[in-house]
Amino acid sequence: MSDEYNPKVLAIICNWCSYAGADLAGGARIQYPPNIRAIRVMCTGRIDMLFILKAFAEGADGVLVSGCHFGDCHYLEGNYKAAKRMFMIKALLRNIGLDDKRFRMTFVSASEGAKWATVMTDVTNKIKELGPSPIKEFKN
Amino acid sequence: MAENTEPRIGVFVCHCGTNIAGSMSIDAVVEYAKTLPYVAVADQYQYMCSTPGQKKIDDAIKDYNLTGVVVAACSPRLHEPTFRTATKEGGLNPFRFEMANIREQNSWVHMHGMYDESTEKAEDQIRMAVAKAAKLEDLIPKSVPVEHTALVVGAGVGGMQAALDLASAGIKTYLVEASPTIGGRMSQLDKTFPTLDCSQCILTPKMVDVGRHPNIEMMTYTEVENVEGYIGNFDITLRKKARGVLTPKEATAKGIVGGGCNGCGDCTSVCPVVKPNPFEMGMAPRKAIYIYHAQVMPLIYTVDFDSCVKCGLCQDACGEKKAIDLEMQDEFIKIKVGTAVIATGFDLIPIEEKREWGYKRYDNVISSLEFERLICASGPTGGHLIRPSDGKTPMAVGYVLCAGSRDNTGGVAKAYCSRFCCMYSLKHAHQMYEKIPGCKVYLFYMDIRSFGKAYEEFYYRIQNEGAKFIRGRVANVLEDPATKNLHVFAEDTLLGRPVDIEVELLVLAAAIQPKDGANVLRKKFGVSASADGWMLEAHPKLNPCGTTTAGVFLAGVCQGPKDIPDTVAQAEGAASAASIPIHMGQVELEPYFAMCIEDLCAGCGMCVNLCPYSALALVEKDGRSVMEVTEAKCKGCGTCGGFCPGGAIKMQHFTTPQIAAQIDAFFARGDA
Repeated sequence: MSDEYNPKVLAIICNWCSYAGADLAGGARIQYPPNIRAIRVMCTGRIDMLFILKAFAEGADGVLVSGCHFGDCHYLEGNYKAAKRMFMIKALLRNIGLDDKRFRMTFVSASEGAKWATVMTDVTNKIKELGPSPIKEFKN
Repeated sequence: MAENTEPRIGVFVCHCGTNIAGSMSIDAVVEYAKTLPYVAVADQYQYMCSTPGQKKIDDAIKDYNLTGVVVAACSPRLHEPTFRTATKEGGLNPFRFEMANIREQNSWVHMHGMYDESTEKAEDQIRMAVAKAAKLEDLIPKSVPVEHTALVVGAGVGGMQAALDLASAGIKTYLVEASPTIGGRMSQLDKTFPTLDCSQCILTPKMVDVGRHPNIEMMTYTEVENVEGYIGNFDITLRKKARGVLTPKEATAKGIVGGGCNGCGDCTSVCPVVKPNPFEMGMAPRKAIYIYHAQVMPLIYTVDFDSCVKCGLCQDACGEKKAIDLEMQDEFIKIKVGTAVIATGFDLIPIEEKREWGYKRYDNVISSLEFERLICASGPTGGHLIRPSDGKTPMAVGYVLCAGSRDNTGGVAKAYCSRFCCMYSLKHAHQMYEKIPGCKVYLFYMDIRSFGKAYEEFYYRIQNEGAKFIRGRVANVLEDPATKNLHVFAEDTLLGRPVDIEVELLVLAAAIQPKDGANVLRKKFGVSASADGWMLEAHPKLNPCGTTTAGVFLAGVCQGPKDIPDTVAQAEGAASAASIPIHMGQVELEPYFAMCIEDLCAGCGMCVNLCPYSALALVEKDGRSVMEVTEAKCKGCGTCGGFCPGGAIKMQHFTTPQIAAQIDAFFARGDA
């Protein structure tokens, strides 16, 4: 493996849109960087803010939440409620001195395989630019 | 089984031929899995989904007394049900299974020069899956009874076929249609390709069958207002638009004996308001009280309240039948159905926005549906093809194929192929030769897509009849102001030279798009759309009629462009799929319900407001307020569990400890 910095990014994604979109990218063999590991939940509405804070505390360089487009949520409005919480996450990260660009929420539908690959590439590049998370220093 | 004991997990890594094995070291992944906490056995096989692969799971559960199973293979969206069944056959609760998606989200997206990275990612994915599997719990799917009724939305040929099949299978079927008559687009067509059957002749008997089937409740001029519930138990609210006219049944119910509309048409002849008839593409008039055409089903007149002046002449003409009620209001009807089929069809794109072809600027440029009506014996001209500018019979006609299809220029243009325009344009060419001997026919095409049964042979036939095929997109159309003839400019790409062909009538084979309102409707049913706007099937190959909403199925063009045989075939498929849960009598719901941990619940009620399904409520228990879940209403989204400030809501199969374990596991290895 190369010596290049390989960030660790956690993605928490909804079953109906973004997970399906990620599967579609796979089916279409659209290539993207291998830095991201996904946890599947039924809806982004399920995502407790503590999951994201926990990921950062454990040493995540970045966290991505991805769900359905507004109006397309399988559960009507879970993504709206998730999005509201995600604004709070951004504010929290800034307050503890972490660059809020390490956290991102995107909307990728079940038919947007190519968009999923683009998001993966963008997120990886952004985190590479920001470098390792400063929280890691406290861990060691 | 296996409560209060140390978890024992079996890991099975699938090669999927070379789909996975070609991109990573399976041996390394398996050896790594063996070192993980709780892993009792790790194994590999070429195709885990095959019978020998599944037997490995079955055997290992017994041999190693496993408490959980992890299969690292394709997406859980594909094979989770397969491996849950295998887990169950091994004697474990099927929800003791977790999948690591190392194909769609690993080997297929990191294919080139990523062998080590792919292997490491698979190891991480398995570590996370094992961590979750160690915390999985037994769950019992909830069985719910299924209503013995079905709903079909849209009564074109697809919706009618689906309704007939469902009804003939013994299921009470509500067939809802937004327009005043069933029949849909097919009833506007003159002939059908390649057999040249008369469209009305083969459709009308079907419309009559629908009208008199004892199990079909035909609800025209009605739209879906609201959808609640879930598979087996959808609560649908329908808006029965004010028709202004009573059916004989409705009249009898109101005590008007022997009254109600009998389709005599006395009202329409006295009505003073004249409007264009949309069924005739605006080329024939209709009155404010109208029927679309003579074969409508049901034969009941409709008042267009937007243009009605309420003069009352029609009521006088109707006389004793007292069928007309000009004060009628929209009615809301609630029905309960087990499953639903959506068959909403298509519209033509607003082709006038492709300005270069001059539609709506030049009189003699028409759309293909207008051509159908002009050449149809029951159309506004009685089947005598004339051109709009002067009523002359055109002796030279041009057809622009792919008018807005396979076009990446944006705007109203569509990147996809609309699939049936090649064939109907060939049919139009044939009809020209049949009706107007000595005429000239030019087809401007990109490719002729004659893919169906006997389609290519039909193409040869039209070539032999003398049609001129010019391979090239039409760049511009100009009108000769004196003759109103049209100059069609294109490049003949086979001869490599520009052409300028003068025609007397130009027909645009316009691209199609989802029916107006289909986008609103699909959201009511929780159905997704593809990037091109058509409704999204559950799986493009293996579940083309299903959707991601259990119990909701798709038929016909609403799912993507298709011709009549394909529409009817898909409608029969959708009807069959929709009848299965109804005939089973009950369905199992995935048991991902929210549960309240009452000791932790402070009774704040935040969750009650968050729940999109009103499944949660505060109740008094032991003198304090706690939340209670109505399982039948809960769909398991977890919006409540994601918010509960006390951590008092347990989302089954996606519990906080399970997700936390996955997060811990991801970071357990440290930096690579």
